[in-house]
Amino acid sequence: MNNRKMNITPNTTWRETTPGGVVIDAGNAEDFKTGDWRAMRPVWHEEKCKHCLLCWVVCPDNSILVENGKLTGFDYDHCKGCGVCTKQCKFGALDFVPEE
Amino acid sequence: MAKRVSLSGNEAVAYGMKQINPDVVAAFPITPSTEVPQYFSQFVANGEVDTEFVPVESEHSAMSACIGAAAAGGRVMTATASAGLALMWEMLYVGASMRLPMVLAVTNRALSGPINIHNDHSDTMGARDSGWIQLYGESAQEAYDNLMQAIRIGEHKDVQLPVMVCYDGFITSHAVENLEMLDDEDVKKFVGVKREAPFALLGQDPISMGPLDLPNHYFEHKRLQAEAMKNAKKVILEVAAEYEKLTGRKYSFFEEYKMEDAEAAIVVINSTAGTAKFVVDNLRAQGKKVGLIKIRVFRPFPAEEIAEALKNVKAVAVMDKADSFSAAGGPLFTEIRSAMYGKVDGKIITNYIYGLGGRDVRSENIEQVYSDLFKAIETGKYEIYNYLGVRE
Repeated sequence: MNNRKMNITPNTTWRETTPGGVVIDAGNAEDFKTGDWRAMRPVWHEEKCKHCLLCWVVCPDNSILVENGKLTGFDYDHCKGCGVCTKQCKFGALDFVPEE
Repeated sequence: MAKRVSLSGNEAVAYGMKQINPDVVAAFPITPSTEVPQYFSQFVANGEVDTEFVPVESEHSAMSACIGAAAAGGRVMTATASAGLALMWEMLYVGASMRLPMVLAVTNRALSGPINIHNDHSDTMGARDSGWIQLYGESAQEAYDNLMQAIRIGEHKDVQLPVMVCYDGFITSHAVENLEMLDDEDVKKFVGVKREAPFALLGQDPISMGPLDLPNHYFEHKRLQAEAMKNAKKVILEVAAEYEKLTGRKYSFFEEYKMEDAEAAIVVINSTAGTAKFVVDNLRAQGKKVGLIKIRVFRPFPAEEIAEALKNVKAVAVMDKADSFSAAGGPLFTEIRSAMYGKVDGKIITNYIYGLGGRDVRSENIEQVYSDLFKAIETGKYEIYNYLGVRE
């Protein structure tokens, strides 16, 4: 518990882990890849995209990547495939297809 | 200097809580533990403690509020009984698994149905696997003493677990007894003014508590939790030794009463031990070699020590004030028998379910158990699973 930054891996033993699963460093949800939960995948059609960024607004997992006010793609490591981004897109720029 | 007072068990516990002056008490009243938060809320209203008292709408919420307050780093206490404890069930596991020291006074009461407000141990025996340490007390004095020690045991850095302080509903909770109360200053010195929390939600360092724990980590966390329960054994004895220095009153995992040369022994929990000691004295006066073990610590279970204490008897009767409906014996019986297995073999060991729903346990009942034990020693014939004091 003294070392605040700790890397819990699938090999961490019971002697090394934290009591009660306390997470002692902030912002580490990024280390936990949730993309493999996905059954459906959003697909971006760049040519139809108006960069309104409403998809970015509704994404519950912060998985829509944006640079300088422009959508650049998806963080598939964390996108769980909920589909709310594709549902709200008015321009047909987002498809929702089964994960293969 | 300690002072002698005449108080009921619930009063003794409420006054003990006042002396401890916890940060938060969240409680919902339920018979026969109602008086504990009732008295305590008066102390809060009168400004005699600076505790945040949280009146909630149910015991599930009471335990939830306690967990939140303990997670924040506070010293937290509450009280309940029977169905109230049962309604806390889900949260008992959460509190213990999150490794949050809290102290819960339980005035033991039967569980429905039919509805019954009187004493037996169905409630805390049902909560025995929730990961809470369980201390039991025969009298108001022991309830008070256990309360003081519970704070120290649970908060110890090697333990960090919640503790139940159990005593019999009405028999101990409402009967007025003479007892010795510590001075406020001594309590402050013994328990410390603030909980030492190795991690807490409030403070400089941001943490998360109670995360999702999937198959690749849950098991490791349970193993770590089990280690805390093992550590508790050592800590319980250390705290007891320190408490003895302060008060002269000696505590351990269990009390052995006239066990030195006993051939027939009874194992029992809580107030019935008083009646049983009276019977032991009478039978000893008649030259019969009888003894008694009164369990104080049920979780962690002192298996090795129990086996050692019973190694010289010929026959043991374990008395359960709760049936686990295994059709093979009560919860204390199965623990004791498995503690002896492979260590102390060849003993006669029987089980008596007694006193359910507050049925009086009379000295004649206890005498009958000893007489059954001697008959078993003579003839080798006995029933293992018995109901004592039920109308046949």
